[in-house]
Amino acid sequence: MAENKSKTVLNRGSVQKIRELGLLGFIVILSVFIQCRNPSFLTAENLNDLITNTAILSLLSVGMMMVIITRGIDLSIGATLALSGMITAMTVRSHPALSPFLALLLGTTIGLLCGIVIGFLVAKTSILPIIATLGMMNVFRGMTFLISGGRWVSAHQMSSSFKHIATGSIFGVNHLILIAIITYLIFYYFINHTRTGRKIYAVGSNPQSARISGINVDRTLWLVYAIMGALTGLSGVLWVSKFASAQSNTAMGYEMNVIAACVVGGVSIAGGTGKVSGLLSGVLLLGILNNALPLLNVSPFWQDAIQGGIILLAVIVGALVRRNTDKKNLIGREE
Amino acid sequence: MKKLFVGILCLVMMISFAGTSAAAQTAGRYALIVKSAGNPYNENEMKGFAKAIKEIGGTAILKAPAEPTAEAQIMMIEQLIAQRVDAIAIAGNDPDALQPALTKAMKRGIKVLSLDSAVNPQSRMVHVNQADSEKIGRSLIQGIYEMIGGEGQIAILSATSQAANQNTWIEWMKKELKKEKYNKVELVKVAYGDDLRDKSVSETEALLKSYPNLRGIIAPTTVGIAAAGKVLSDKELKGKVELTGLGLPSEMAEYITNGICDWMYLWNPIDIGYLAGYTAHALVNGEITGKVGDTFTAGDLGKKEVIAVGGGTEIMLGAPFKFDAGNIDEWKEVY
Amino acid sequence: MSSVNIQTEKKFSLQTFFFQWEWLLLLIFVMINIINAHLSPYYLNTFTLLDATMGFLDKAFIALPMAFVIIFGDIDISVGSTVALSSVVMAVLYNAGVPMYLAMLACLSVGLICGFINGILIVKFKELSAIIVTLSTMILYRGIAYIILENQAAGGFPQWFSFLGWGYIKGIPFILALFAVTALVFAFLLHKTTFGRKVYAIGNNAVASRFSGVKVDKMKVIVFTLTGFMTAVASLFLTSKMGSTRPNIASGYELDAIAMVVLGGVSTSGGKGRMIGVILSIFIVGLLRYGLGLINVSSQIVLIIIGLLLIVSVMISSLNIRMGKSKE
Repeated sequence: MAENKSKTVLNRGSVQKIRELGLLGFIVILSVFIQCRNPSFLTAENLNDLITNTAILSLLSVGMMMVIITRGIDLSIGATLALSGMITAMTVRSHPALSPFLALLLGTTIGLLCGIVIGFLVAKTSILPIIATLGMMNVFRGMTFLISGGRWVSAHQMSSSFKHIATGSIFGVNHLILIAIITYLIFYYFINHTRTGRKIYAVGSNPQSARISGINVDRTLWLVYAIMGALTGLSGVLWVSKFASAQSNTAMGYEMNVIAACVVGGVSIAGGTGKVSGLLSGVLLLGILNNALPLLNVSPFWQDAIQGGIILLAVIVGALVRRNTDKKNLIGREE
Repeated sequence: MKKLFVGILCLVMMISFAGTSAAAQTAGRYALIVKSAGNPYNENEMKGFAKAIKEIGGTAILKAPAEPTAEAQIMMIEQLIAQRVDAIAIAGNDPDALQPALTKAMKRGIKVLSLDSAVNPQSRMVHVNQADSEKIGRSLIQGIYEMIGGEGQIAILSATSQAANQNTWIEWMKKELKKEKYNKVELVKVAYGDDLRDKSVSETEALLKSYPNLRGIIAPTTVGIAAAGKVLSDKELKGKVELTGLGLPSEMAEYITNGICDWMYLWNPIDIGYLAGYTAHALVNGEITGKVGDTFTAGDLGKKEVIAVGGGTEIMLGAPFKFDAGNIDEWKEVY
Repeated sequence: MSSVNIQTEKKFSLQTFFFQWEWLLLLIFVMINIINAHLSPYYLNTFTLLDATMGFLDKAFIALPMAFVIIFGDIDISVGSTVALSSVVMAVLYNAGVPMYLAMLACLSVGLICGFINGILIVKFKELSAIIVTLSTMILYRGIAYIILENQAAGGFPQWFSFLGWGYIKGIPFILALFAVTALVFAFLLHKTTFGRKVYAIGNNAVASRFSGVKVDKMKVIVFTLTGFMTAVASLFLTSKMGSTRPNIASGYELDAIAMVVLGGVSTSGGKGRMIGVILSIFIVGLLRYGLGLINVSSQIVLIIIGLLLIVSVMISSLNIRMGKSKE
């Protein structure tokens, strides 16, 4: 049985690779097309902007990938992001001397707490993730409204050291990009090379056999949602610092972008599959779309349709590629 | 079963607790529905409305939907009809879609007026206008003309493509631009940031890259102008690209102080709410009927007259207020 | 003790679970009415109550077929966009001189086609789950609506069209009467026909039901097409209510409809749920919102209450399962 399993993993790995290559090819073609339409696309400045603007999306996507691998979903992240961002911004407003590190820590902790609550609901009370997070989305959003009292925290109320979190750079690389890179390195190692990381896949591919083989499924689920929450909290601080404004409706509906990045990146909603490298290309595609659609000078009324069409195309192409390789490998994976 | 009862008991208590905010029953109940909750502009409108109603001696019912949609406002109108309030003042999320609901309210004898964002003349008795749309559009163009020194490319960064207010102002801007004086000013693009921070930032960045010679940006929306201010500050484009528009002083204080935006306009949302409160009162006690030439006294604002505008009637608050480095500090804490 | 466990052991606790669940919903429903009547002098009034149903029943037409989709273990998040697209097409055709009844037919056809496309994509690309497909079409359909109408509103419908959303038949709102009939039809379809039994079978185990001769793909296409069609019906009512339409209408309808279905005891892991629960929860959510609105609770608190209601009620149901289990 163990032999069989490793074989499947191997094959699935190669399928993933082909899929990723297909997606990368798609991105290259798209980039060439955009470059022909607007030469300022492939300039250092624009690429820097593109990656900076995508950094927060990429952070959230790592967390969401792990959630989806365990067959879950988290719809509450937009609300959690707003809540942690708002509380952090309000703290910064009343304590301008607060060190940026403490601000980041505060936001991450708030997100972590939100994640722990959701993790508890999912792991311990057997509420399905979509319901638990849908409900908590309302609760967190409502709390943000109430805590802020309808007021925003504006740029002039934030200390410059706080705003510097998102605008500053080390060796010419923006902090946001650095944070994203470090996070990806950590989670690449965590998911692929630690026991806990492998457990996440085991829980996702077959919860029952995972349980039988001695994995604490509940604890793994709890951990995954807590990590998602912490990353969301961190993103909340970065978001507020980047845009120098905290609103109670910050990032409303942003969870859909994150889920889209994951599914385009090859993370399967059925659980058990998804890799950091694939995810990166998914995030990249979404980042390019957000950056390039305004550059292409297409009518604003066409932007939604183009974005939806490209996402649909990307996932269908990905599915076809996988199907082809599946056939070659003679693995009939039903459903 | 015990747990079940505890759960329900909690629910009952929560609802009863929430119910304590319900208004007391007194003569003269005036309702205000703003565009959405959690926005300081709308919160201040509510503040002004409540102040006026308090002076009158009536009860103010303040409602704000969680999201700025016409559907949510229709539901609120129905709830107010059922409560048999005396007057409904509404800042419409859609000029036409509220017509059936508001007509129903008027048929039941409720006085209906709009403020800030007008509903069509058939669905209201009178509109409280913050400032003349024509004047706003024209003065924004005159402002940017002065800032860029009379020539160069300019762009507009609007909210959503569906926002009626924005579209009217943009129309007037285009009309003003037709004058011979503006021969050397070229409007290159109207971009839509959808009042989302991330999208407004992407759109601003795209404008700067697609039009390297861009000299000025007009953003007649708070989120848009603040996002543009942030981008121009981060890219250190002070003096190269000028910025003006309509925005909340609290959000814009940072960028007016640092010189990115020389001046911008807005009216006082507290005053709009206040004027709407007195107008509602005048309608209810029969002082005015919404016909041209009617006059009444609106508390501290003095005597106001109903005038005819494009098929309907309205009451004008006054000219928009100009915010610059000289006066921003006294206003940034107010709204 | 997670959802996985329930899936395997649900057979023996199924009966007790449903029995308790619907009673619980009924209890909540009664409680909400008592509380509302207690807190607002305007609530307990036949006229007000009937009027109130007009406010939330348009979404309910989406919730009915959505229950089928969720029993499958699938989900359809493109419904809000389908409402917008079908409504926009209807308005544009009418303004182009097409007779109103034909335009309404076109609206229903657009919904049908949108649902059909979802269904076909889902069965042709099984690797993509329904959530991915409908996430893409959600953006796509809304996008097409924007392309058609840009920043314009379209309306000016004939007077009789407003009857759909605002009219009464013998004192009963037309929308309520039609909903009652439709809900009966859906309940019959799910519980009394082979079609309904196949829906449950697929939701419980798609592979097994395929082996036992159920045409899973065909069933899925039918259900998603039906969802599209009913979404267009909701679109007719919403458009009539607003008297005009824009490409940005009905945003967030998908989550409202899903919440109604889930609160009604339909599980997103598939295979279980009954129509009566869905219908009860439609009225629970609708009247709760309405009642809270009547006492002018701020929308933020309403958000929190609805969220907690969703979680607490589902939590109680899972506690009941456990109690049942421990007794065994």
